[in-house]
Amino acid sequence: MGAGFHRPAALGTLIARALGLLYGAVMGLPERPMRAAQARMRGGRLGWLFVAPNLLVFGVFTFLPIVIDFWYALTGGAQLLPQDRPYVGAENFRSLLACANYLDPTSCERDLFWYGVWNTLKFVAIQVTLMIVFSLLTALVLNRRIVGRGFYRAAFFYPVLLSPVVVALIWKWILQRNGILNATIQGAGGNGVNWLVDADWAFFWSIFVSIWAHMGFYTLILLAGLQAIPADIYEAAEMDAASPWRRFRRLTLPLLTPSLVVVFILGMIRAVQIFDEVYVLTGGGPGTATVYLVQFIYQTGFAAGVRQYGLAAAGSLLLAAALLLFTLLQLRGLKRGAP
Amino acid sequence: MPKRDRLVALAAGFVCVACPALAADIRIACYSDGNECPSQKEMSAQFMKENPDVNVIIDEVPYSAILQSLPVQLAAGNGPDIGRITAFGTLEPYFLDMSPYLKDAAYWNKEFGKQLAWLRNGAQDQGIYGLPTQTTVTAAIVNKSLFEQANVPLPGPGASWDDWAAAVDKVAKATKLPYGMAWDRSGHRFAGPAISYGAKFFKPDGTPDVIDDGFKTMAGKFLAWAKDGTIDKDVWVSSSGGGYRDAFSEFQNGQIVLYYSGSWQLRRLIDQIGDGFDWAVVGNPCGPAACTGMPGGASFVAFKETKNPEAVARYLDWFAQPQRYAELMSRTGNIPAHEGLRADGTVKYDLSPAGTAAMQGFVAAAAKLSPAAYRLEGYKYNFQIFNPTAARLSEAIAGQITLDQAFARIAQDVADALATAAKK
Repeated sequence: MGAGFHRPAALGTLIARALGLLYGAVMGLPERPMRAAQARMRGGRLGWLFVAPNLLVFGVFTFLPIVIDFWYALTGGAQLLPQDRPYVGAENFRSLLACANYLDPTSCERDLFWYGVWNTLKFVAIQVTLMIVFSLLTALVLNRRIVGRGFYRAAFFYPVLLSPVVVALIWKWILQRNGILNATIQGAGGNGVNWLVDADWAFFWSIFVSIWAHMGFYTLILLAGLQAIPADIYEAAEMDAASPWRRFRRLTLPLLTPSLVVVFILGMIRAVQIFDEVYVLTGGGPGTATVYLVQFIYQTGFAAGVRQYGLAAAGSLLLAAALLLFTLLQLRGLKRGAP
Repeated sequence: MPKRDRLVALAAGFVCVACPALAADIRIACYSDGNECPSQKEMSAQFMKENPDVNVIIDEVPYSAILQSLPVQLAAGNGPDIGRITAFGTLEPYFLDMSPYLKDAAYWNKEFGKQLAWLRNGAQDQGIYGLPTQTTVTAAIVNKSLFEQANVPLPGPGASWDDWAAAVDKVAKATKLPYGMAWDRSGHRFAGPAISYGAKFFKPDGTPDVIDDGFKTMAGKFLAWAKDGTIDKDVWVSSSGGGYRDAFSEFQNGQIVLYYSGSWQLRRLIDQIGDGFDWAVVGNPCGPAACTGMPGGASFVAFKETKNPEAVARYLDWFAQPQRYAELMSRTGNIPAHEGLRADGTVKYDLSPAGTAAMQGFVAAAAKLSPAAYRLEGYKYNFQIFNPTAARLSEAIAGQITLDQAFARIAQDVADALATAAKK
């Protein structure tokens, strides 16, 4: 019995040793070629070899499309293939930026572009602000020891898992003329509202739905940030008789700033790129009340009978430039604000 | 087994294995208004039995994929061999002329000539690029039950759009409906009534000239109806750009009295409304210039990048023969584009009494289409007229721009699109 008892342990050791040898042999395989490469490549050039596959993928799928985008922006016509497109210089940019009064899109050569610009700016300002406020409030509540905390955390995160098209369709069923919301209002004796046909309401719902769909993600980031703040700081503040508001203002907010900046930058980039949910929900309507920049790019480049790829590419470059500028300004502001 | 026999058996086996590989594949991008693609699939099985060297693969895609993805696929050289399409003009550079492969090109020209012209690039072009699989016509469909409930008589033949607007408004008020009528959100739908009110869309020299008195008159009426609630403005306003939206569900749910759409809705009318209420096709209300809607229709067109042009032409020629074409029309409930079949009434439809009456209504409406409507439908860049019309009229209805601004924008959008298309 005793020998039998030890046998499996000995067998286990044997197997472990064999696996160890095999692992060593496999891992040792590249040693020689790597040493040879190190001997031939001086300085930090071996690092390039390691990042080369990633760089290749990045180059082909990110950098090359940017270069192609520049070419399309500088060419005209409706031809798809780059070599068939006539060079027009800055004509597409000129056309997009030609406006008698930038505040009045109807005075612009490309009015839809400027409707998109102003709607996007309005959307970003309101949506990002509200998103941060609600995400922060939700994270603060979910960080407390409340009953059913796990359930609430999952419930707030759940919409993030849904496809934007599903999100938009769900809300369309709720908000359309004969939708659930109007049925409820009418059932309670009220008058239904044409939520998606009234310009102001449609804009409001585009923001609401976007916040509902994405808030969980940002809440999660802020929750992680809150949990990283050491509890003893709060204990010390409590002993100093600091009020909850003072603790929040003097401790929580400053220590949460890095997380808030991440949320701000990510939220802003996502808000500037808003398209899918709103396109399915309102189609950009009523009129042009919820046409955003990405929809202009999509409609101009892909949904029109005669596709104006050059204009769409120029629009996307202007959008990218604006995004870059915003992000740099935020980072600069963050550096200035850093202790 | 002697060595020679073994070799023969081996060779035979090899040939059998290679047989399917030698079959010509024909890939078709097909969209359905009703049951067109399933019907095409079923009949293609018979074609493949008779032509074992051809393998037909039908990819059923949404209409939006035909409008948006197919042009990109074709430009990139990855298109299908055949596509069921409606917007012919912009895809014309990719069409394959099947004439050299057809047994009897004269038969095609005789029976499908009117719609084959829509696929051609000008009057000089005599190519045969596809098989028109339906003739469609826009027309008004009414909810007769609502008229009866309201005790309002149906306006008779020759009634104008104003007469119909007044009648449906009375019915809507009497039956407590929010709107009297709804038109599909489409510039194509708007064009017929505009032509009835004198719109010509072209200058005498053939260049587009969209904004004229007839167009302005109809647009003014349309806007006024949208403002006073005669027309369901939601259908037009609840989207932007030239995007299409139909109002079938509103009609199906008994929420509107008159629905302005077209013959391609017949299957849905029969299957989804059935005898839920009494409905009827009343043709096209009149204006001072005509009582016309717009023609239209999808075609199976051949694309020149196909590796099997002969097989493609053989396939479409098989469907073009009267008996099979009649069967296809019967299965799909479409008005034939085949002149002979349309004239002699050979096609037997298995339709309900309401469906049969509706089909007769659509055929009667097709007979009254104005030459201006055919001209516009045959224009290569007609979608560059239809899309801005829908987009800008919607903006005017939404109150973002005035009607005059909408006219100026439509003219500019059309000119801009044509200039882009002309840039080489």
